[in-house]
Amino acid sequence: MSAVPETSEHKYKQIGSRPIRHDGLEKVTGRARFGADFTLPGALQGVFVRSPHAHAKILSIDTSKAEKVPGVKAVITAADLPELPMEWIAQGPAGVDLGANQRVILAREKALYHGHAFAAVAASTREIAVEAGKLIEVEWEVLEPVLSIDQALAADAPILHEGQKTEGMGPPVEGDTNITNQIVFEGGDLDAGWADADVVVEGVFETPMVHQGYIEPHACLVNAREDGTAEIWCATQGPFGVKNETATLTGSDPATIKVTPSEIGGGFGGKIPVYLEPAALVLSRKAGRPVKMTMTREEVFRGTGPTSGSKMHVKLGAKSDGTIVAADCQLDFEAGCFRGSPVGAACMTAISPYVIPNFRILGRDIVLNKPRVAAYRAPGAPIASFAAESLIDELARKLGRDPVDLRLQNAIEEGGRAKYGPKFGPIGFKETLEAARAHPQYKAALGENQGRGVAAGFWFNAGMQSSATVSVNADGSAVVRTGNPDIGGSRASMALMCAEELGIDVKRVRPLVGDTDSVGYCDVTGGSRVTYATGMAVIEATRQVIDHLRARAATMLDVELDSIEWQDGNAVAVNGASEKGSLSIEEIAKKMGATGGPIVASAAVSPPAAGPGFGVHVCDLEVDPETGVTRVLRYLVVQDAGKAIHPTYVEGQFQGGAAQGIGWALNEEYLWDADGKVENAGFLDYRVPVASDLPMIDTVIVEVPNPLHPYGVRGVGETPIVPPLGAVANAMRDATGVRFHALPMSPPRVLEALEGAD
Amino acid sequence: MAKIRVETTINGEETEFLCSGQESLLEVLRDGLGMTGTKEGCTTGDCGACSVVVDGRLVPACLVLAAEADGRTVETIEGVADGHRLTPVQQQFLEHGALQCGICTPGFIVAAEKLLEKNPDPTEDEARYFLAGNLCRCTGYDKIIKAVLDAAAVMREERA
Repeated sequence: MSAVPETSEHKYKQIGSRPIRHDGLEKVTGRARFGADFTLPGALQGVFVRSPHAHAKILSIDTSKAEKVPGVKAVITAADLPELPMEWIAQGPAGVDLGANQRVILAREKALYHGHAFAAVAASTREIAVEAGKLIEVEWEVLEPVLSIDQALAADAPILHEGQKTEGMGPPVEGDTNITNQIVFEGGDLDAGWADADVVVEGVFETPMVHQGYIEPHACLVNAREDGTAEIWCATQGPFGVKNETATLTGSDPATIKVTPSEIGGGFGGKIPVYLEPAALVLSRKAGRPVKMTMTREEVFRGTGPTSGSKMHVKLGAKSDGTIVAADCQLDFEAGCFRGSPVGAACMTAISPYVIPNFRILGRDIVLNKPRVAAYRAPGAPIASFAAESLIDELARKLGRDPVDLRLQNAIEEGGRAKYGPKFGPIGFKETLEAARAHPQYKAALGENQGRGVAAGFWFNAGMQSSATVSVNADGSAVVRTGNPDIGGSRASMALMCAEELGIDVKRVRPLVGDTDSVGYCDVTGGSRVTYATGMAVIEATRQVIDHLRARAATMLDVELDSIEWQDGNAVAVNGASEKGSLSIEEIAKKMGATGGPIVASAAVSPPAAGPGFGVHVCDLEVDPETGVTRVLRYLVVQDAGKAIHPTYVEGQFQGGAAQGIGWALNEEYLWDADGKVENAGFLDYRVPVASDLPMIDTVIVEVPNPLHPYGVRGVGETPIVPPLGAVANAMRDATGVRFHALPMSPPRVLEALEGAD
Repeated sequence: MAKIRVETTINGEETEFLCSGQESLLEVLRDGLGMTGTKEGCTTGDCGACSVVVDGRLVPACLVLAAEADGRTVETIEGVADGHRLTPVQQQFLEHGALQCGICTPGFIVAAEKLLEKNPDPTEDEARYFLAGNLCRCTGYDKIIKAVLDAAAVMREERA
């Protein structure tokens, strides 16, 4: 791609290659062990018992009948957990409410959504546990459920949490409320901005709650032992998080808990929170037996995830030359039943890709009787981007401008300030826009009922804490250990970076994901952070190993350490000592017992920041005006990866994020009945894209190095889900002439819109 | 309740097991026989993670009663590779990086083997529609479809 600047130096031998992933064999043969694949002798089956009401006070719970059922070994309710107060504790840009986290596991004062667990039963079989659960008697005081943002904000709205006041900034809110928090970002002079604008576009945009849709339901096995310690095997994005959260919510000492992460069958953020583990631990303690808990698909839809539904009022103004001069965004996000929607990140990402001097962004976090939201891939950004990118498209139309061209004119560059304050470092936004424009798809002819849409977006990416240990075997091969579950090929990335440093073939590096007793602390596999941050720890640990190898070689060759350089897997004597020759890693490793013992090094990193990743998507689609069915014909993802360590899996992230975004745009939504029950809690009716729904998804990897990483890596996992909602909506506008303000653009909605437009 | 005795052939091995009348083939494979390569994603026949072949027919094991396996042959992911020799489908999944998390992979491979047995030279559309019963949330299907089409080409070459 000629438009992509050649920014990477082509000096690498391992990174940038495409080896078969080390864990691949286990996964194509069925041997890989996922969350539900673990068991222990005598393990009981645990199940949650869930609320039939979306909003109801729990006046009393009587478990005595359930406890008497033969085969039932333990029954628990919130009374079996030490009560944690509901209290928001700020942690960096976000926060945590441990009392709320505990009430997500087991409802205490109230059931706050249909399907909210209020008890758990462990029995010798799942059937017995389920049947016993039906015998638990609850005295409910059923309350009116709050099921929409408008309803939550109404003056006479039922209040989910008595005494809830609105925190944060923005316009004051009187009395008890369902608005838990407000966020405001302002800059410039908005009135002056509107006065300056020749063209103004605005709209109210709505998106429904959607689920991460990982194919593996949540599962864990917990063995609480006689001495008070416990082992947990589970599918999670963060084994250390499971350890600490399970301890906190059950009042246990974290030192007593060991967590072994299984292979993980998808997460997308949804396997960061714990649901099963604290309940399974308390059940196991009470029963004196191991307890296995697995969710059904229906439970996954009713009781985990999702991400926020939203209502957004956005207004943009531009001068006739295309300069965007004013933006006003009000973003209302459903948090589910407890504070914690990603509206903050939505505010931060909404219009930050563009230089807009005058702006106001108000975000509101709103509670209602739906499941508490969990992270979902670039949380909040796709939603805000849908509104903003739809209006950028409208501006381009009104101004008669090419949509990429208009974005290029207004694109933020290095040194430009994000709307939330900091200045961007080196970023590849303009480069991705130019690469999209240069791609053949951008010029491909479109037929009747076909349209093309462009949208852009970015994600901050996370740094956080990571550690790694690298050891050298006697044969000169190496092992790299980290604590990040491999959700999409990260073992291969870790091995590639270690191999690159050592100068050996990646096949000679064995990457390992350890349990919480065998590796140093690592934050979650999430935030697009593993290849970036854990990768840095791997590189640092490997460099320390190389220092050891050089020192051993200096001893073996009888030269000063300063005279040994590491070159391509060899310690080479230089600086006038070159007559001493060189030693290969194999030769050094073979002798390590005699030169100082095993060679092993660990490193830890805690980068405060990461390099943001920008992406531009182009969607070509065709709408059938008879049926309202939309077919994506071609799809292009262009994204700045900084440096692609394993390009295959970088492309995979691009394609997977695009597919999820296309599903969000065209089909996916939670449907609720009047009582707040999810009507489509299964894959038949909650329709994620299937193979026949999608075309091949073309990718262009742009590489503008991230100066914070030794190889220039930027996280790539999340950005690809940011642009699709806007790209698809803009293509729909192009194909049909209709601007869709609500997702999903499913066949009935499309038909309705087309009829309205006639 | 009395258990039902089932005699069946799984991956070429004669196998006997006891099950209740309600148990699915998926439950018996995973929990009874320890064959956890067949995955559970939904138990409603919507995701394809538990794809197996019963008497030559591709089915979701969650919708087959275990008792129905009596007198039939069952093929699962554990029986796909020939000893330690991967099939072209398995090999191409590795070459293409056609998996990220890997939970849907066994089901896709079982289904893709069946596709290529029935249709050695599928078009992209034929592959996409045949595999539309297998959900993948990670890959966007691109690399899966390419792996299947390349595996078809390898198999045609091997036969030629």
